[in-house]
Amino acid sequence: MPLDNVVFWVFAPISVASAIGMLLMRNAVHAALFLVVNFFCLAVFYLILDAPFLFAVQIIVYAGAIMVLFLFVIMLLGVDRGDDLRERLVAQRPLALALGAGFVIEIVLAVRAGIGFATKAPAGFDAVNDPGNTQAIAKVLFRDYFLPFEATSILLIVAAVAAMVLGQRKTRAVTQAELEAMREMGT
Amino acid sequence: MRTPIAYFVVLSGVLFTLGTLGVLLRKNALLIFMSVELQLNAVNLALVAFSRMHLALDGQVLAFFSMVVAAAEVVVGLAIIVAVYRRRGTVDVDQARGLAG
Repeated sequence: MPLDNVVFWVFAPISVASAIGMLLMRNAVHAALFLVVNFFCLAVFYLILDAPFLFAVQIIVYAGAIMVLFLFVIMLLGVDRGDDLRERLVAQRPLALALGAGFVIEIVLAVRAGIGFATKAPAGFDAVNDPGNTQAIAKVLFRDYFLPFEATSILLIVAAVAAMVLGQRKTRAVTQAELEAMREMGT
Repeated sequence: MRTPIAYFVVLSGVLFTLGTLGVLLRKNALLIFMSVELQLNAVNLALVAFSRMHLALDGQVLAFFSMVVAAAEVVVGLAIIVAVYRRRGTVDVDQARGLAG
C-alpha cells in the first residue's frame, strides 16, 4: 500500500468524525475545537495532493486566524452554556437527514459517472510545480489572476472597515452648535 | 500519488453534506457559521484535488482566493453576530424573528 494511501485512510475517518463531532457538540467551544481538528486534517490532504503552499496557508489562516477569531467571539459572548436543541419546525430534522443522505448518494454517483473511482492522478505534477509550489503559484497568481488579486485587496479593506462600523457602539453624533456650546462652557 | 482522485472528491462531498446538516439543524448562530466554514473547506478540498488531476495550478489559486474571501466573510459575519447579541442578548436564530409575519 503506497504511503499517501495510508495517510488518506488514516486522516479521512478523522476528518469525517471531527465534522460529526462538531455537529453534535452542545458546547460551542468544543465544537470549535473539533473544527480545528478538521482543518488540520484538510491541511494534510493538501500536502498529499502536492499543494504545500495551501497546506501552510490552511494552518495559518484557518486553524490560526479564523478559529482564534471564532473562539474569541465565543468567549466574548459567553455562549458556551450550550444550545437549545428543541426543534420548532415540523419534520425539519428527518427531512434534513434524508436530503443529506440523498446528496451524498448523488455525489457518489456523479463522481462515478464523471471521473470514475479508479482514475489516479497523472504523474508529472512536479513539472507544474517547478521550481517550487509557492513560486509556481506566484507565477499563475500575478500573471493570469492579477485583477482578481487586486479585487481581493479591496475586499479585505472593505471587510475591515465593515467590521469596525458594525462593532462600534452607537453614540450620538455631536452637532456643530453643541460643540460651540461646549467650548463656551469651557472658557 | 497513488490515491484515486475520486476518493478526495467523495470525501469533500461528505464534509460538505455534514456542513449543510449543521446549517440546517443547529440553532446557535456561531455554530451555523462554523458549519458554513466547513462547507467552504470541503469545496476547497475538491478544488485542490481537481487541480492535481488536471495538472494545473488554477484550482489551487482559486482555493487560495476562497480562503481570502472566507477570512473577510468571517470578520463581517462575526461582527454581525456580536451586534445581534448586543441588541437581543442571544445568538439563537429562532429568537431573531423580527421579520416574521
